[in-house]
Amino acid sequence: MINEIGHFALVLALCVSALQMVVPLVGAARGDAALTAWARPAAIAQFLFIATAFFALMHAYAVSDFSLANVAANSSSMKPLLFKLSGVWSNHEGSMLLWVFILALFGAAVAVFGRNLPPSLRARVLSVQAMIGFGFLLFILLTSNPFVRLFPVPAEGAGLNPILEDRGLAFHPPCLYLGYVGFSISFCFAIAALIEGRVDPAWARWVRPWTLAAWCALTTGIAMGSWWSYYTLGWGGWWFWDPVENASFMPWLVGTALLHSAIVVEKRDTLKTWTILLAIITFSLSLIGTFLVRSGVLTSVHAFASDPRRGVFILLLLGAYTGGALLLFAWRAPQLVGGGLFAPISREGGLLLNNLLLTTAAATVFLGTLYPLFLDVVAHQRVSVGPPFYAMTFVPIMVPLLIAMAVGPMLPWKRGDLLAALSHLKWAFLATAAAAIVVLAIAGVRSIGAACGLALAAWLLIGTAVELAERVHLFGEPLASVFRRARRLPRSAWGMTFAHAGMAVVIAGITGSTAWTEERIVNGKPGQSFDIAGYTIKLDAVNEVQGPDFTATQADMRLLRDGTEIAALHPEKRFYPVENGAATGVAIRTNMVSDIYAVIGDPDGKGGYVLRLYYNPLVPWIWLGAAFMALGGLVSLSDRRHRVGAPARRARPVADAGVQAAE
Amino acid sequence: MARRGWLYVVPIVVFALLAGGFYVGLGRDTMVLPSPLIDKPAPQFSLPPLAEGESGFSTSDLRGHVSLVNTFASWCAPCRAEHPVLNHLARSSGVAIYGIDYKDKPDAARAWIAALGNPYVRIGADDGRVGIDWGVYGVPETFIVDRTGRIRYKHVGPLTEDDVTATILPLLAKLGR
Repeated sequence: MINEIGHFALVLALCVSALQMVVPLVGAARGDAALTAWARPAAIAQFLFIATAFFALMHAYAVSDFSLANVAANSSSMKPLLFKLSGVWSNHEGSMLLWVFILALFGAAVAVFGRNLPPSLRARVLSVQAMIGFGFLLFILLTSNPFVRLFPVPAEGAGLNPILEDRGLAFHPPCLYLGYVGFSISFCFAIAALIEGRVDPAWARWVRPWTLAAWCALTTGIAMGSWWSYYTLGWGGWWFWDPVENASFMPWLVGTALLHSAIVVEKRDTLKTWTILLAIITFSLSLIGTFLVRSGVLTSVHAFASDPRRGVFILLLLGAYTGGALLLFAWRAPQLVGGGLFAPISREGGLLLNNLLLTTAAATVFLGTLYPLFLDVVAHQRVSVGPPFYAMTFVPIMVPLLIAMAVGPMLPWKRGDLLAALSHLKWAFLATAAAAIVVLAIAGVRSIGAACGLALAAWLLIGTAVELAERVHLFGEPLASVFRRARRLPRSAWGMTFAHAGMAVVIAGITGSTAWTEERIVNGKPGQSFDIAGYTIKLDAVNEVQGPDFTATQADMRLLRDGTEIAALHPEKRFYPVENGAATGVAIRTNMVSDIYAVIGDPDGKGGYVLRLYYNPLVPWIWLGAAFMALGGLVSLSDRRHRVGAPARRARPVADAGVQAAE
Repeated sequence: MARRGWLYVVPIVVFALLAGGFYVGLGRDTMVLPSPLIDKPAPQFSLPPLAEGESGFSTSDLRGHVSLVNTFASWCAPCRAEHPVLNHLARSSGVAIYGIDYKDKPDAARAWIAALGNPYVRIGADDGRVGIDWGVYGVPETFIVDRTGRIRYKHVGPLTEDDVTATILPLLAKLGR
């Protein structure tokens, strides 16, 4: 019964979204307040229906109702409850339902929290959002219905792919989708602005918190995904430039650019068409990511069930949304009036440079991801693009970006003096040189790459700190007044400081893990010890243990330093009988500066086991830094100006002025 | 400010090309690729081993029995997806699988083998030249060589269990290893 209600709710949501995409749009065009007012209740109703469907499916997973084909194929009654629930989005149908659930959640959020928006803009935003919802609901109902029944009902389900059965991964897709789908709001605002023919600082201020929220979620989602591959794939690696990883990284890069260009629109009323284009591209890349992952046009380690028919459908949706948006852009964008001019050396110029480098970086990743596909289509040749390509193309783009990241915030708006800004950064220069020299002195001349990486990280970290110090007049005034200034600093400024500092920490982590990872692969018998990076790992025993739905070969290891025991390590190799699959349980001991990482492999048949032992210096900083970046986003999101009432929109036509005053 | 209207049309044109490419890409079969080498003798080559002291891989190894030649690299994500299939094939069918480690660092390849298991009888380290002789476009690719040393089949992209049961095993049976 609950399943039928879920299915029915999904159909109702489709009907509501059909109304929501037409009625408010007509109302806004005609200036009919009654029709315009449809947008809010429709968005909320659509959300409630989709939520009903989503929780119906969750219920089916929770009670292991194998009469649903989707549950039977992706769950089993032996799973712990958490993994039963996360099974909802471990498969194509369920994850698409999560996708529209989050889409509707954002729509409802705009309806509820968007009180300060002019009614016509809100109606258009929600209308465009309903168009996206309509397409994806149709997609679910026609090609990927999670409520399809199965008869006869099997006694047990086929289970979940063991490597997906993980606490971190349970929350990774929702986070990622919050990011992907969150960018749909920026997209809808961009389309609404194109329809209205009007982009101004007030618009930028409305769109920014949504972009920021999506960005925080995406940052967290990507970091979680990378962390997951670090501790479950058992390889010591944390990023593989795999098409599916790239699919999440491209919207992040362009979304980061959007976040910065929206500042320029808000503060200086310029770079408008560019910002609109970025908003369209960011969400389009999210859609392209969905297409790449779901259609099977690319081969990837993240093998999702793929189906060409679904691929064609998603491609049609992509064509309608991105194609439609870009057509509208070509038609309406030339009419948007540009705002203030600025000199190349200025805050605007710095942010523009940031934008150019970030979009170029995204284009590089895009090329690397899609080149194999297009070469095949055009020349019928097959190639694989691997990490060497990205090392040669992506890294050289990031270096100037990181250098500029410390300088940009020091420049004033409109017209700046580069030499003056650089002279403020003298401490950062010293720190950079010191970092490089220390690394070379300790690690030797061969670590020149690592020295450059850590020097860059130091430059960015100290540069960011100097900027903050200057804002609060540290060193110039008594401490009490410094504290007062720090308290009064807008949250968005603190947000930037956190995020930029977080980036510096990430860079240090990436550098350390690339340059100094040590790895030993040995055939070990119980009783033997192995040395790695000044630590000793002693293998005491190997036992068979029983988990909730798996059996495992588990090693008892002790981690010793100078003869004293620091930690016990229990890497295991798990076997899942229901799914007939295996997964690696990595043992990691971290001190937040470096990780000792141990994996047990196959037995050699003579009492020994293949052991892989890694020393991964600075790796924890990658996620620590990413957490700082997301935190920076959240702090900035809490800025007063996003919460306090409506920013006054400059009254342009006289007729509008009455509406403005009435709000 | 002079308006350069055509600039605003660029995004939609680029997107149209992209979408066209996607559409054509969707229809294609990712796994079939004709090779001019089919039914020709395998090229002459001699590859060094991944580690000193092990034996390398050369043309003469392929004589006298039906074998599978698989190109792979530790940097190649699809190869990682394919690897369990090869392990299973080697264990269940007993066919001799030879590996060509394509444009890879020997250390990385050794670590990869140690981690994921070794389905190969012998592995040769190739800097790319032997791959050209075999007509390798990208990794992974898998060839079936008969007992006279002729290439009889080429599979592009990762092998799946379905490929193995539908194509590889019947062909191996036909060639009568």
